[in-house]
Amino acid sequence: MRLTVNGETRTFEDDVRDVAGLVAALGLDTRKVAVERNLEIVPRSSYAVTALMDGDRIEIVHFIGGG
Amino acid sequence: MTFTDEEIERYARHLVLREVGGPGQQKLKAASVLIVGAGGLGSPAALYLAAAGIGTIVMADPDEVDRSNLQRQVIYADEDLGRPKVEAAADRLAALNPHVFVAGFHGAFDAESADRLVEGVDLVLDGTDDFGVRFCVNEACVRHGKPLVSGAIGRWTGQVGVFGRQPCYRCLVPETPPDAETCVAVGVVGALAGVIGSMMALEAIKTITGAGEPLAGRLLVYDALAAETRTVRVAGDPECPVCGSGGAP
Repeated sequence: MRLTVNGETRTFEDDVRDVAGLVAALGLDTRKVAVERNLEIVPRSSYAVTALMDGDRIEIVHFIGGG
Repeated sequence: MTFTDEEIERYARHLVLREVGGPGQQKLKAASVLIVGAGGLGSPAALYLAAAGIGTIVMADPDEVDRSNLQRQVIYADEDLGRPKVEAAADRLAALNPHVFVAGFHGAFDAESADRLVEGVDLVLDGTDDFGVRFCVNEACVRHGKPLVSGAIGRWTGQVGVFGRQPCYRCLVPETPPDAETCVAVGVVGALAGVIGSMMALEAIKTITGAGEPLAGRLLVYDALAAETRTVRVAGDPECPVCGSGGAP
């Protein structure tokens, strides 16, 4: 599957079918980042049920808390 | 509520705006807001909201003005060093616009103070530098049904969003990120605080007057180094412990 991650087109193995699989493949710490799929932030509890489609645009949003 | 000639002159640029006008300016004057954190974000937000004629501004912050604050916390002057922030800020706001009632809470926003600070206002702005406090502010806003304008900055990146009953801030940030970067540790460019704090004031004004489309349920991400912004939707989390079915708020 081809996905655009942070503006870069990448090809992923077949085991990346949903957001949970992508998070594992990218080695993300889900306490520190949110995953945005096609301009919508996916709730963390929905990662395993949010299927990815060829051509999806993914952005990794880092949580910041400074003020 | 009528305006004096002095107020009509003061708010002239608002009064000619189609989306504000007399009715919108009345709403601003009738509104009360709480600003949690009188730092990099709270400073510009408070200045613009006071200048805009918000009727009541409550500021909550436990700190005193430190020299390292002055690089971005533009509400303070050199002579304020060592003063409680909320006291120095209240003086500055009163000097800027004598029509605004300003109150300061010199203490921590926590489970004990949350309810009495939030329940009496119409809208809350959160510009604190601690995820624990952010969670506490969000919970109080959900509990009392108050719109929350949330802003955050770090290094060269800023984020701003408006949260309500759902999605709430916890739908975006489900748990405290470990090793969270603070501005003290990683730095922040001062003008970025001005940009994001001013956007927070703008979203508050839009929400109060009903102008345009507030950032409700959306997050605006500003990458200052690239000079790019992106606005994304924040989906409500059905299992959110605060606003979802994952736990009683």
